[in-house]
Amino acid sequence: MAEKLASSFKNILFSLLLITAVTAGILGVVYKYTQQPIEQKKSEKKEKAIKEVLPSYDNIVEEKLAIASVAEKNIFKKEMAADSMTIYKAYKGEELVGIAAETFSDKGFGGRIFLMAGFLPDGTIYKINVLSHSETPGLGSKMTDPGFYQQFENKNPQNFKLTVKKDGGDVDAITAATISSRAYCDAVDKAYNIISNIGGQNNE
Amino acid sequence: MNRGKIFTNGLFKENPTFVLLLGMCPTLGVTTSAINGLGMGLATTFVLLLSNITISSLKKLIPDTVRIPAFIVLIASFVTVVDLLMQAYLPDLHAKLGLFIPLIVVNCIVLGRAEAFASKHGLLDSALDGLGMGFGFTLSLTVLGMVREFLGALSFFGHPIAPADGALVFVLAPGAFLALGFLLAIINTIKKKKQA
Repeated sequence: MAEKLASSFKNILFSLLLITAVTAGILGVVYKYTQQPIEQKKSEKKEKAIKEVLPSYDNIVEEKLAIASVAEKNIFKKEMAADSMTIYKAYKGEELVGIAAETFSDKGFGGRIFLMAGFLPDGTIYKINVLSHSETPGLGSKMTDPGFYQQFENKNPQNFKLTVKKDGGDVDAITAATISSRAYCDAVDKAYNIISNIGGQNNE
Repeated sequence: MNRGKIFTNGLFKENPTFVLLLGMCPTLGVTTSAINGLGMGLATTFVLLLSNITISSLKKLIPDTVRIPAFIVLIASFVTVVDLLMQAYLPDLHAKLGLFIPLIVVNCIVLGRAEAFASKHGLLDSALDGLGMGFGFTLSLTVLGMVREFLGALSFFGHPIAPADGALVFVLAPGAFLALGFLLAIINTIKKKKQA
């Protein structure tokens, strides 16, 4: 068998160049072949989430809306700061049957949480689904339990205050996870504000 | 050392978590449930196996002075491959393990085995060593995850055993240290008894 390469400049250059070139090639190929399934899984997940939070529909119109309040913008996390929210208007025939908003909150205990909130055209909450969160397992993660999210269903934020009871609202917080509950309410509230705005435009 | 011994070495005698105490970051971080531990362990096993095989077959081509950067480049590439594959085909598990997958790069077990074993042994032996170490890591992470999940949430692989809440502290960070500490104590006691 050949001897091990000596540590000469030429050998070092050769070996590192070979290794980096080959691995770069492998990475490129894997990236190319996984790109499509990854995108597909993401859009499937989104579609599923929209379907779960809205009454049955046969057409979806996607819209990106600017968020009025930018108070949450954090200059240290510029790439994290979002100033728009995507909403999905669901139509059955010509009739608007519901609006879903992909909303978020930065008030969570473990970073940003994403929710898909579905509203009926009159502003009543239909269903809410958690898209992603990194709250503490066993505590804040209970926001995905029916016991918590069902209290929002069929409530109209006009007469259902979207803050936890501790803060004078109508929401029963998750035991030992008030921060996560606040974040959840904050996200829903944001979605409601956006949706009630466009609701007004439609009536004109 | 015969081939069977190389394989079981990583499982028990030099178990990376319970004996060598390597790779503590993912060990403490992801073992909030048994399934997370299992997923993390298997992802690490895959990287360990591939890196051991390539490093063992390339060992003559890598001059000593640049071996560490060469190993790291190889390991990092495999981790990225695993990361992309998981995103594409196991998105749910990927969402749970998230941050810890890229961190396999800096898991000392992977570099440790490359340096201590694969760069000095043949291809088959290195592959066996990678598998053994990987399964040893998987085994310990799953056990730790099971213990924490049981004590913290009273469930077994995601299936609730009792409707009550467990001792939540075991699912949180301090519980990771507690559970690991007690498991180590138990394992060491058993070992001492066997020797005596």
